[in-house]
Amino acid sequence: MLNLEIWIAGVMLISLIIYMLTGGADFGGGVWDLFATGSRAKTQRNLITNALAPIWEANHVWLIVIVVLLFVAFPVAFATIGTALHIPLTLMLIGIVLRGTAFVFRTYDDQSDKTHLRWSRVFAIASIITPIMLGVTLGAVASGTIHVDVETGTVDTDFFSSWFAPFPFAIGFFTLTLCALLAAVYLTLETDNSELQKDFRVRALIAAVSVGAMAGISFLLSAKGAPSIRQGLGNSVWSIPFHILTGAVAVCAIWSIWRRYFQLARVLVPIQVVLIIFGWGLAQFPYIVAPNLTFSNTAAPDSVLRPVLIVVIIGGVMLVPAFWYLYAVFKGTSRTS
Amino acid sequence: MEDLLAARAQMAMSLAFHIIFASIGIAMPLLMVIAEGMWLKTKDETYLTLAKRWSKGTAIMFAVGAVSGTVLSFELGLLWPGFMAYAGPIIGMPFSLEGLAFFVEAIFLGIYLYGWERVPKTVHWFAGVMVLVGGMLSGIFVVTANAWMNTPTGFSIVEGKVTNIDPIAAMLNPSSFSQALHMTLAAFLAVGFAVAGIHAYFLRRDPDNPFHRKAFAIALCVGGVVALLQPISGDISAKRLAKHQPVKLAAMEGQWETERGAPLRIGGIPDEEDEVTRYAIEIPKALSFLAHFDFNAEIMGLKDVPPENRPPVAIVHFAFQIMVACGIVMIVAGILGGWLAWRQKGLPVNSWYLRFVTYCTPLGFIAIEAGWTVTEVGRQPWVIYDIMRTADAVTPMPNLVIPFIGFTVLYIFLSVIVVILLRRQIFLN
Repeated sequence: MLNLEIWIAGVMLISLIIYMLTGGADFGGGVWDLFATGSRAKTQRNLITNALAPIWEANHVWLIVIVVLLFVAFPVAFATIGTALHIPLTLMLIGIVLRGTAFVFRTYDDQSDKTHLRWSRVFAIASIITPIMLGVTLGAVASGTIHVDVETGTVDTDFFSSWFAPFPFAIGFFTLTLCALLAAVYLTLETDNSELQKDFRVRALIAAVSVGAMAGISFLLSAKGAPSIRQGLGNSVWSIPFHILTGAVAVCAIWSIWRRYFQLARVLVPIQVVLIIFGWGLAQFPYIVAPNLTFSNTAAPDSVLRPVLIVVIIGGVMLVPAFWYLYAVFKGTSRTS
Repeated sequence: MEDLLAARAQMAMSLAFHIIFASIGIAMPLLMVIAEGMWLKTKDETYLTLAKRWSKGTAIMFAVGAVSGTVLSFELGLLWPGFMAYAGPIIGMPFSLEGLAFFVEAIFLGIYLYGWERVPKTVHWFAGVMVLVGGMLSGIFVVTANAWMNTPTGFSIVEGKVTNIDPIAAMLNPSSFSQALHMTLAAFLAVGFAVAGIHAYFLRRDPDNPFHRKAFAIALCVGGVVALLQPISGDISAKRLAKHQPVKLAAMEGQWETERGAPLRIGGIPDEEDEVTRYAIEIPKALSFLAHFDFNAEIMGLKDVPPENRPPVAIVHFAFQIMVACGIVMIVAGILGGWLAWRQKGLPVNSWYLRFVTYCTPLGFIAIEAGWTVTEVGRQPWVIYDIMRTADAVTPMPNLVIPFIGFTVLYIFLSVIVVILLRRQIFLN
């Protein structure tokens, strides 16, 4: 039986994966809003808007779940991250605020092209900043540069150097390309219009290649930027088969997009994302904030973890039908286009 | 600006901004569910139009509430890492439950706002009920966490370390019930009168308009009924304060001396130098009675507390007076409305009454802001009452004035846009 904190960490990792697959794709929608071009720019934007509108707020809650579990179960890690990564997190928050508000303001403001475009720009740029800063934060957490005195919780930081570095930003852009890829692949199935489908197929291919490039760059930079992660990703028993599997899924995903097997691509691309995040989780384990904080040395006592875990599991099971219904109504086969 | 002050200012500003949208998110679903329910029952299309119009305004408010709430959950760590490292596990239970409630709210909101044409009518109405339930529960859970800061329970401190954490006991601390009740009612009160006030404005110009008559009736009923309940909840809060946070009560009342038969003060200016409250109208023995149900009960005064452990008395006293004054005006409006409706056997659309209700539009929100000022400033200098000082919880991050200004500018910008868009929604038709 694993320790309770490992279960909570597992729930957090799963939440992060679901957040990327759902909320991440919503940010990717913003990317493609910015790059909406040609004679179909407006229909592209409308497609993105209709795809996001009913679900983005529910998707966003996964981030809240991650934050809450972090401060409940690993309070010192939360305090450390909040202190050392104050700046990228603040930028991420501003992005979250502007993304969500610009999205609704665009719907309810006057519908002249000029106003519409202005809110679209805010929405799109905020949708780009947010996942970059989320990635920068995760990259900095993985980099092993945030030093903490475990006993006193004192963080040794200049508030910049741990995140303002090549590796965290590589992870930031890596995250962004993943969001863009997910969005483009989902959007190919949000429309019956073959022209629009063609547009998003091209975008998905561009994003898939960018994901590959950013994965390579991140891996190269990790040698200096995040040595302990590199150790995990490069030298563990599981690492070689895992890389081969992830790479194979990525290649198949590109192939399926190329051959217009969009239903297949919608399965393969999320699997690729799951493998990437899962691999990072395995490589970072047992550190929550390398090099001083582990899951076990920051865990709250079992008297806290046990009821929280029970609540999260029971609540999660109860929410499944609600989520299923939301997606069935708006993303199911009965959807009108 | 000193970093601690900047952090407090940013937190206060973020809370003050969020609470408006959170309150609307809690209470508007009730009005929408009533209107839609009336439509299902009477088949009168006016009610459907009303539910749809209200849901448009609410969509804007919800989005702003969701993102500003996210900011707050992060700010706990960005600004108060010392507090969160200490308290995170203890108050984790209500926050975890709040996360689940927020899911319920957000999922069913999507169905409610965008599912008019896609789901069966009764399912749609049920989605509205779930938004209401999710929103109310989210609010209650978050307030419970705040209540713990006022009356921390559910743990013990052994050699300076927190042990024996009981998250359920922490959640069910002595302030939870009274605070959650007071805030939930306040949301319905504020929103009821704000909506009634807006529709009263239109009814003065067009008293026979069926749309505004129905809207006014629903909103006034909600606001009026809650206005009569809120003093009971206020009394519960006062008695809880007298027992658990006598310093806060003393600051609210400007009570400097510990005395039996303490008076209730209306108005007045507390002087923190000379330790007196001047120019107040004093109702003899009333405070003792309200706090303990006994005209001669002893009330603790601020002089019993060393100055470094006192909250800023004047702010707390003024804020409390403002909250009570707003509440009394709304109670009067509620009673008058009920009396007029009973006398006239119909909707009270007398011109002078509509004017009165129009003036009530902002009062509930002013009361909410004032009430949170009492709660939060009245707890100072503590972040966890009697356990951790606010100054010991703040981040070591320098130049906090920059994010404070950044978020302030952002929130002012959003407020302006929201007002413009709401005016557009309201005045469009």
